Amino acid sequence: MRLAVIRFPGSNCDADTLRAARAAGATAYYVWHRSADLQHADAVVIPGGFAYGDYLRAGAIARFSPVLGAVREHARAGGPVLGICNGFQVLCEAGLLPGALVRNVNLTFLSRPVRVRVEAVDTPFTSGFRPGTIFRVPIAHGQGRYVAPPEVLAELEATGRVVLRYVGENPNGSMNAVAGIAAEGRNVVGMMPHPERAASVLLGETTSALVFESLMRRLEVFEGGTR
Amino acid sequence: MAHFDVEVRVMPRASLLDPQGQAVEHALEALGFRGVTTVRVGRALSLHLELEDGDPAAAEAQVRRMCEHVLANPVTEDFSIAVREAT
Repeated sequence: MRLAVIRFPGSNCDADTLRAARAAGATAYYVWHRSADLQHADAVVIPGGFAYGDYLRAGAIARFSPVLGAVREHARAGGPVLGICNGFQVLCEAGLLPGALVRNVNLTFLSRPVRVRVEAVDTPFTSGFRPGTIFRVPIAHGQGRYVAPPEVLAELEATGRVVLRYVGENPNGSMNAVAGIAAEGRNVVGMMPHPERAASVLLGETTSALVFESLMRRLEVFEGGTR
Repeated sequence: MAHFDVEVRVMPRASLLDPQGQAVEHALEALGFRGVTTVRVGRALSLHLELEDGDPAAAEAQVRRMCEHVLANPVTEDFSIAVREAT
């Protein structure tokens, strides 16, 4: 399974994302933002970081990079796309996901583990989880508060497109404690927490590895078990 | 060629909680400034525009498209534009 990890100037979770994808068995590689060639990627991940220094707004400039055209096409064709943290911000700015991520309600940068619940398992990135699974995963963001117009939020809830929700506490004031969502087709997912930072025994947490393993299993099924 | 000086103001939408504005409001209060309410913090951009068409309305229309396309996020922000003919 070929997995493209997009890099922008300022992306800094690319190496961890590549590593986590490879650990799950993917043939993972980088794609620089200036390239419109995803090199036959089966899946795309936009990693965390500060693309373009978060200048203007987080993800506001990155969304116009040449690679996003290819990502959009890939998504339109039903290909899996995962945006992690800054990646989630980029996908919202690009209009591939609804709503926006704004400054944390308490104005501080939060870098610590939180607990989230998996609420939607009909996405390529969560299909390996049992619905309702709660796990620990780190967040690291200053702009992680999810906001959306009331009718958009209501639709997300009604259609089961809230993928991850903070439990026990809402660290950043996200509306409805939303930590991750899916687009209408469910192949595009954005999440603020960092599964790639909690996917190894060495890091003390392994549940997040399921995000990448779900993808592997899902695409193996599509390919009839061949790779 | 017509030259315009443009100022754009981007502010958080009124319905959006603005914790930065609240923090500034509390700071002002702590410093003894009375009667301050509803502080909102946004962003100002200035740019110089050169257009064939000397009509300020054309300049404003272009800047409006810039705002809708990139300078502001319509989910979270409102914008206002001021166009001035540059001498």
